[in-house]
Amino acid sequence: MDRIPILKMGDALLVTIQIDMHDRLAIALQNDLTANIVRHRSKGVLIDISALEVVDSFIGRMLDNIAAMSRILDAETVVVGMRPAVAITLVELGLSLKGVKTALNVERGMDLIRARLDGGNADIEQRAP
Amino acid sequence: MASPQIASELQRLIEKYEDKLLSEWMRLQESAGPLRSGRISRSEIEQQSRNFLNALMRAIAGGNLEDVNAPSFAVVRDLLEEIGRTRAGQGFSQRETAMFIFSLKQPIMNLLSAEYGKDSGHLLSQSWAISLLLDKLGLHTIEAYQKSREDVIQRQQEEISELSTPVVQLWDGILALPLIGTLDSARTQVVMENLLQRIVDTGAEIAIIDITGVPTVDTLVAQHLLKTVAAARLMGADCLISGIRPQIAQTIVHLGVELNVVSKATMADAFGVALQRTGNMVIRKPQAAQA
Repeated sequence: MDRIPILKMGDALLVTIQIDMHDRLAIALQNDLTANIVRHRSKGVLIDISALEVVDSFIGRMLDNIAAMSRILDAETVVVGMRPAVAITLVELGLSLKGVKTALNVERGMDLIRARLDGGNADIEQRAP
Repeated sequence: MASPQIASELQRLIEKYEDKLLSEWMRLQESAGPLRSGRISRSEIEQQSRNFLNALMRAIAGGNLEDVNAPSFAVVRDLLEEIGRTRAGQGFSQRETAMFIFSLKQPIMNLLSAEYGKDSGHLLSQSWAISLLLDKLGLHTIEAYQKSREDVIQRQQEEISELSTPVVQLWDGILALPLIGTLDSARTQVVMENLLQRIVDTGAEIAIIDITGVPTVDTLVAQHLLKTVAAARLMGADCLISGIRPQIAQTIVHLGVELNVVSKATMADAFGVALQRTGNMVIRKPQAAQA
């Protein structure tokens, strides 16, 4: 497998990472994801890493990068399903993923994105005459 | 005189006078005290002494008197380690444990002087050899004793750190982590693992870390707290810190530590915030008509 599938769910994109990442895969994912955000005008990106048992600084940085890119394209990134051991490893590595929102599972992550969308729409409605 | 010869002579001597040696040794051990405390029975000591003498005879039959780490001494070593361990468990002091071996010196010296009394050169080399050997064996016993005590201490430390880091569910989606005692890196690890696992199990959104029971907060403890908060955030749970005593608030500011977390003075306040964030409300019920 040389590509990670990106699923569209309403206004959000769902990415499930299930295999070990390496640089080429990460670059491919960043290309696909940014292209998809623009094409679907998505407002949120859910990255599900519940299948990852091992996370290194490379993946940590990749998540940060994806979040930064999505933010520029006005989509919010939520990392969901992190395992306890992975969370401890990332903290010990000094990567606390400051720019990324987190949620326990996909459901909670969707709630977060929906809350943001509702807020955004309310904004526009208020401004409308 | 060569050491194999000394060894074989000693071995013959011990074999010949084994019963006499044993009874004299037993008498010394009885007067030394361990028996009087009632922590060990006479027959048990006698059994241990007899086993030791037998093992010693077999060990030195090979002609080796110097190296107690040699394979020929394996049985003796095992026996002494066992004795050291059980004595530690029975609550004997190091001195009493060591006296098990050292009290054998006198009976053997008596034996040697009765045998070689006239040949002082021979007597000296024999006593020197056996004395060195018994010293080494005595130290071996003490090491085993010490090691078993250290094992006990380590086990207790582990138990304490397990016991003192409970994670309590206060409400649906709200966890509390009352920390008691000093936070070092090993304990932080346990705390973190417990907390994160419980977040997964209960699907909690908010965790309250209560540090009322933490005696001092220095930069290291603060860093450990922040690590725990960061790890919980990665799992999608927000942390509140509560139970900050006045002195601790002052220390934190003096040290220049930035906590960057919602902190409350008491657990009650933190719980209030947690209820609010999860959309719960506590309402006092109107009192029923009072008499």
